[in-house]
Amino acid sequence: MKLEIRNARVVDPQSGRDENTTIHIADGRIASLGAAPDGFRAERTIEAKGLVACPGLVDLSARLREPGFEYRATLESEMQAAVAGGVTSLACPPDTDPPLDEPGLVEMLKRRAGSLMRSRVFPLGALTLGLKGEKIAEMGQLAEAGCVAFFQADAPLTDLNVLLQAMRYAATFGHAVWLRPQDSHLAHGGVAHEGEVATRLGLPPLPAVAETVALHAILELAESTGARVHLARLSTARGVALVAAAKARGLPVTCDVGVHHLHLCDRDAGDFNAHMNLVPPLRDPSDRDALRRALADGTIDAVCSDHTPVDDDAKLVPFGEAEPGATGLEVFLPLVLKWGAEMKLPLATTLAAATSRAAAVLGIEAGRLAPGSPADLCLFDPQCPWVVTREALASQGRNSPFMGLELTGRVTTTIVDGRVVYPG
Amino acid sequence: MSANLQLDSQGRLVHLLTTEGLPRSLILHILDTAAQFVSVNEREVKKVPLLRGKSIFNVFFENSTRTRTTFEIAAKRLSADVINLNIGSSSTAKGETLLDTVWNLQAMDADMFVVRHAEAGAPHLIARHVKPGVHVVNAGDGRHAHPTQGLLDMYTIRHYKQDFSRLVVAIVGDVLHSRVARSQIHALTTLGVPEVRVVGPKTLLPKDVERLGVRVFHDVAAGLRDCDVVITLRLQNERMSGPLLPSAGEFNKTYGLTPEKLALAKPDAIVMHPGPINRGVEIDSGVADGTHSVIMPQVTFGIAVRMAVMAILAGNDR
Repeated sequence: MKLEIRNARVVDPQSGRDENTTIHIADGRIASLGAAPDGFRAERTIEAKGLVACPGLVDLSARLREPGFEYRATLESEMQAAVAGGVTSLACPPDTDPPLDEPGLVEMLKRRAGSLMRSRVFPLGALTLGLKGEKIAEMGQLAEAGCVAFFQADAPLTDLNVLLQAMRYAATFGHAVWLRPQDSHLAHGGVAHEGEVATRLGLPPLPAVAETVALHAILELAESTGARVHLARLSTARGVALVAAAKARGLPVTCDVGVHHLHLCDRDAGDFNAHMNLVPPLRDPSDRDALRRALADGTIDAVCSDHTPVDDDAKLVPFGEAEPGATGLEVFLPLVLKWGAEMKLPLATTLAAATSRAAAVLGIEAGRLAPGSPADLCLFDPQCPWVVTREALASQGRNSPFMGLELTGRVTTTIVDGRVVYPG
Repeated sequence: MSANLQLDSQGRLVHLLTTEGLPRSLILHILDTAAQFVSVNEREVKKVPLLRGKSIFNVFFENSTRTRTTFEIAAKRLSADVINLNIGSSSTAKGETLLDTVWNLQAMDADMFVVRHAEAGAPHLIARHVKPGVHVVNAGDGRHAHPTQGLLDMYTIRHYKQDFSRLVVAIVGDVLHSRVARSQIHALTTLGVPEVRVVGPKTLLPKDVERLGVRVFHDVAAGLRDCDVVITLRLQNERMSGPLLPSAGEFNKTYGLTPEKLALAKPDAIVMHPGPINRGVEIDSGVADGTHSVIMPQVTFGIAVRMAVMAILAGNDR
């Protein structure tokens, strides 16, 4: 299939290129930008005046809910949500039921996802067997089955010796270890950031030290083992400072932030809105602002949707009993654009946080829009306003803190491997 | 914060969920109405027909004989039909959600729900999902609020001290877990009490509590000095030892209200407690049964205040 995209504003975050030009696609790759290659004859032309063309988004965390949680969402619905959101590559965490701790499960997931012909799926294997934090998982065989890194997800890992050995083992083979920094004893029972709002609402508090104490331990172990460590979903200003200091002394750590945490804070849960019950909890406005700055200055490597579809019933309960998480894939791009605009960043810099920089964390060939790179693209109308409604979402998860609110920027076309996968 | 949910567009009370955000005039209206019911309760026939034909459901997802009984008496003295449901925590075990339970009861033509729940915000959720004209009274949700208790405490303070604008009030003990303390703090600051103190160890005071408008004291002597009102909070059994406190005995020594400590307060200070009391833990018998104690009048006024809240809610239908 030879495809031509005319008159788009082409943005390549990797190079910073930002110009109106024509994209030529052949054999699943970008053949050229500007002049057509010799003998190129497009089988299909997309007129893209007024649209931005950028590399498809790379999402470091999207829960697809299979296997085990099909009542919340299915692979079909969530892969459709991914392409509707312009996401062409996504990493899925291992906290399925059963968890992704067996090569067979990973192969099955990859095969099922592949047959849907939507986004590329990069499973994150369980770091420990059953995510129980007791025995390390078969990383070698899981990597062979397609896992790109090993993640403990939100499951506690209280035994630091297990973590030490998991890091040593992973470092032996160069596997990346992903951890969401949270001390489970300090976090115990907490559902809201420890501060004025939790005090006012009487919600069990989850202190910021739950994150920073865990970070200290992880960073020490990373330094001692030489493991490649990725820190998922930072939520505190002090946490950001710890990672910045670790990077400054040369530790090979990377980190990410969930897109909702760039825009929301604990005040937003002020009327017990269960949609604001997220993991990690929404924290103080000063934490949110630190996360926004750190993503802009590169201390935080990438932003992710942290897509977590939850069924309606699991949110129609008191705040503390609600299943945490928010649907993210389809609000990802507009929320990234909103952050970039508010931070007054050039569009290429804004998009890098959700494309090239995320691809670098995963170590995959993605996030570029240049001759020779995979033809994974997203076309979007940067001015298009739309209201987040149940009907507007392809995801089965309608759990959005932004429900009923207007966002700006909507994907019109998504291309994976040179094929138009959205719409259609 | 929840002002919009509990008030209608004319500022009338449609639910009582929290004392936070209740206008001063409305709190005073509740207290004034309660004063009328206090005299009803002193009559031989303690019954008025204000809520005749109304069905009030006491829905308790957390057991409490005492609070439920006071609501039941209040509703009966207003001639309402009262149905008590002690659901405990078993409803979710049976697979029925909180809202399913409420919707089922609503289908039985409930006019008012009195709700107690272990989770903060549960009554808000219910208030958001009941039909117009159905009222929700929060009888205690997690650590969040217990507004009728807060209001009966205001009634008691006004009864003994008249003027709120010159008082020093100390709330002593486990503020962290106390919905009563939160409801008292919001009511006291709204009524213009110039100094509200919270007194306790750092493990039992919630973070940033001073932002609710209180002064924080860890030293009990400093905290009690020259107080007009001393409110001691119940210390739950499960919190008497563990990570928050070494022992009930040590708590009694440091923060328990003894006659010696009470002597630091003003000579005419009153002592309050939301009950049930732990003698020898947060309060000594000598104080609880002493001349400064108004713990029993609190219980008596509690009936009148709950009658007032229900009557005002039902009256706003017309």
